[in-house]
Amino acid sequence: MTNTQNPLVELRNIEIAFGGIKAVDDVSVDLYPGEVVGLLGHNGAGKSTLIKCLSGAYKKDAGEVLINGQSVEINNPRDARSYNIETIYQTLALADNLDAASNLFLGREIVTKSGMLDEAKMEAETRKIMARLNPNFRKFNEPVSALSGGQRQSVAIARAVYFNAKILIMDEPTAALGPHETQMVAELIQELKKQGLGIFLIDHDVHAVKQLCDRAAVMKNGQLVGVVKVDEVTEDDLLAMIILGRKPEHLAA
Amino acid sequence: MSTQTEPKKPLNEFEAGLDKADKAVASFAQDDKTLTHVLRKFLRDYPTTIPALVLIVSILFFGAFANNFMTPGTLSLVLKQVTVTGIVAVAQTLIILTAGIDLSVGAILVLSSIIMGKLSVDFGLPPFLAISIGLFFGGLMGWFNGILVTVIKLPPFIVTLGTLSIFTALKLWYSASQSIRGSDIRETAPSLLFFGERISFGGFQITYGVVALLVLAGLVYYMLNHTAWGRHVMAIGDDPDAAMLSGIRINRTLVSVYAFAGLICAFGGWAAAGRVGSISPIGFDDVNLQSITAVVIGGTSLFGGRGSVIGSVLGAIIVGVFTTGLSLGGVDDYWQQFAAGCLVLVAVALDQWLRRATK
Repeated sequence: MTNTQNPLVELRNIEIAFGGIKAVDDVSVDLYPGEVVGLLGHNGAGKSTLIKCLSGAYKKDAGEVLINGQSVEINNPRDARSYNIETIYQTLALADNLDAASNLFLGREIVTKSGMLDEAKMEAETRKIMARLNPNFRKFNEPVSALSGGQRQSVAIARAVYFNAKILIMDEPTAALGPHETQMVAELIQELKKQGLGIFLIDHDVHAVKQLCDRAAVMKNGQLVGVVKVDEVTEDDLLAMIILGRKPEHLAA
Repeated sequence: MSTQTEPKKPLNEFEAGLDKADKAVASFAQDDKTLTHVLRKFLRDYPTTIPALVLIVSILFFGAFANNFMTPGTLSLVLKQVTVTGIVAVAQTLIILTAGIDLSVGAILVLSSIIMGKLSVDFGLPPFLAISIGLFFGGLMGWFNGILVTVIKLPPFIVTLGTLSIFTALKLWYSASQSIRGSDIRETAPSLLFFGERISFGGFQITYGVVALLVLAGLVYYMLNHTAWGRHVMAIGDDPDAAMLSGIRINRTLVSVYAFAGLICAFGGWAAAGRVGSISPIGFDDVNLQSITAVVIGGTSLFGGRGSVIGSVLGAIIVGVFTTGLSLGGVDDYWQQFAAGCLVLVAVALDQWLRRATK
């Protein structure tokens, strides 16, 4: 990658403990503009926990977060948003009884001058972005609980993309998707990359990470095994890192 | 109640799991448009349809079978009777929409009205000031509930069970267990009884209290559906985690909901003074459960995030129609309560059925 630029995000020596157990132990990862960094590891390896202190869902116990070289404090999701960090959560974080537009603008509603919701505008904007992401989407006036898994996913993605994110966190974005929709997400990632976004992609699937990512950071038991360029390793190397916690020999030196 | 609040979390998690499992099937089963599906969807989209239909049917029913029911006098009486319950039900709706419950509404109402009455009658404060102070304390009591729920993180059921006792004790202490007589109020602060005054048209005698209830319900409906605050309230009841991750200030919103509900209850206390004509520390004991009854019959889900304040007002009126209709039909008191109980159970069963109807 273009390592001549300044990194968009630097996570330095992040630590988070839950009741004495270190879920994330002294992990440092960085992310450059136009780059996709995959986070790999078993369930419970600490990938999601690490990334949640960037998205504001958790507070780190120790360490430093730098955005464009500036040290920042992210205490809640609002702080994260103010640094143009958007997150697609594994659980999607959609309010089931609200429709797509309400979810898209939840917490950031467009209001008229008199303080009332501008629902016409929000729906129009939702239609615009959904036309780009999921042209078949029709259920604008139904609660998202009535949508299929893929449709719900596309609403969650739309919410992250709509607000001009610079840093995008995707926590298993394709977990609920079929092959066709997974392909669409892959294309979207390529497009966003071209626009210069930095993307953290959390995934289980070594194959997908190899395809979509520029670098992969592998975690095991809360610790960072290593960060590698995906072109320099094989899928087996990545698997060895995940399972054995061992960096490939030709890179270890 | 405890049985209804306890399984909330496991149920939600269970449902979250279900959502995942169902997805692949769901995308292929879109064309499954049986009558039941259409009906469920309609009822989900327009939750006030059921209470509205029940109200119409019950009015027609009692009109046909109870003497003197379908007269302007009786119908006005029903409305008058449900004024206070209706106002409190509006407050209760706000709380229940956040998946909470408020057992202290009745105590807030009575304590606020005693404050209004004592300040104006015993201490000679101008009624406007006395009422404002009463409203302020209503909001303060609600705010206290909200702080306990959010900062101390106690379940709303427990918090309001505790404050129910506390506010009840305070109201007995402050009033020295004595009523404020209607004649004293009329002499010194007639505006305290404003909501008991009537406007007549064509045999109907509507009190200002009824008008206030309708205006209040309209206002809260508007706030819930057309402001960002209202949307945040719905989202918090729907899925607190999603709301938090969406950047909603959950604690601040919840405290505002409890404080606003307290304010509405205090307003209900003002209306109650007009309705009864005097202020008694031991009145309106049953308004707690009545308000919950009205909210549930009105189609608001006890699990939060779904429901309507209009439904709650309709729910309160339905209970009033049943009570008055049955008593005009010569049915004993206890069967009136029996009927109200059946209505609640049917309403909750229906809500459960709708909850499963995500398709």
